[in-house]
Amino acid sequence: MKMPDRAASPHTPALANGSGGAAVLAAGIGSFALAILALAADKSAAIKSALVFYKPTGALSGVTTSAILLWLLIWAILEMRWRKKTVALGRINILAFTLLGLSFLLTFPPITDLF
Amino acid sequence: MEITVRSLWTMIHGMGFGALYLLASSGALVELYHSTFSPPLSQSAPGHTRGQNRFLEVYLVAMAVLAWAAVLTGAYVIYPWYRAAPPPGLADLSMFPQHLLMSNPSAIGWHSQGMEWKEHVAWFAPISITMVAFVFRRYGRDLRNHGQLRSAVLGFAFASLFAAGAAGFFGAMINKYAPIQGGHTIRLSQGAEK
Repeated sequence: MKMPDRAASPHTPALANGSGGAAVLAAGIGSFALAILALAADKSAAIKSALVFYKPTGALSGVTTSAILLWLLIWAILEMRWRKKTVALGRINILAFTLLGLSFLLTFPPITDLF
Repeated sequence: MEITVRSLWTMIHGMGFGALYLLASSGALVELYHSTFSPPLSQSAPGHTRGQNRFLEVYLVAMAVLAWAAVLTGAYVIYPWYRAAPPPGLADLSMFPQHLLMSNPSAIGWHSQGMEWKEHVAWFAPISITMVAFVFRRYGRDLRNHGQLRSAVLGFAFASLFAAGAAGFFGAMINKYAPIQGGHTIRLSQGAEK
């Protein structure tokens, strides 16, 4: 998703957009990972059992902890790779908002129950 | 005037962290919009804008702390009390909110729809607002020059408000039908008969 640097203009950004793009995409991926893990735990007894990191909270502890760790890991990797680059933020935004929208839908019980 | 430890934690989680986050969200959206759509730096006083930037940075970081505090207390303090299993054959389920809701056909939806969504959707708020706070700290008013990044920040800030609103609504309704009770009683004041 790299793009060539744009020519300087009075409104040329002081910073490349790569760092922001990394944060936006990682947030979308992290939210989606949480939704997928929640769905998997809901549909599979084995996965649900494997995601019980803290018994009083049940599988929610593993779903959220795993998703947060994945989010932070992906964010760190993207940040390292894109920090000083200009990226195609339009496509990144579409992907991030699609993942975020799917996350809301996939955690919504009437939709979860369709699977 | 008394309150139980569990009720106090539920208040801290819902009214302390959650409601404060919701109140802060609308302010953050307005301030983010104002700050990133306002005139370029050359047309405004640098000292003034630096002060505004610093304020909004601290404000957004405080919101992220509130959002994380809300979901962590919810998942690791309140939720275990909510989902605790009653001993077999127990008739009074008032100390076991999830089972109390599931025992009543007219209230079961508050668990099967409400809590099932709330326990996951709430986490989108801290993830989103942490990203928003990070991006604003990194770019500040330079976001005015990054139209797509600005749109993403505003969109995720709105999504965090929606996620927190959905979680807060179901939390309030569930606590109305099956309140978290129990634990030690704290006496807040000694009432006098009038």
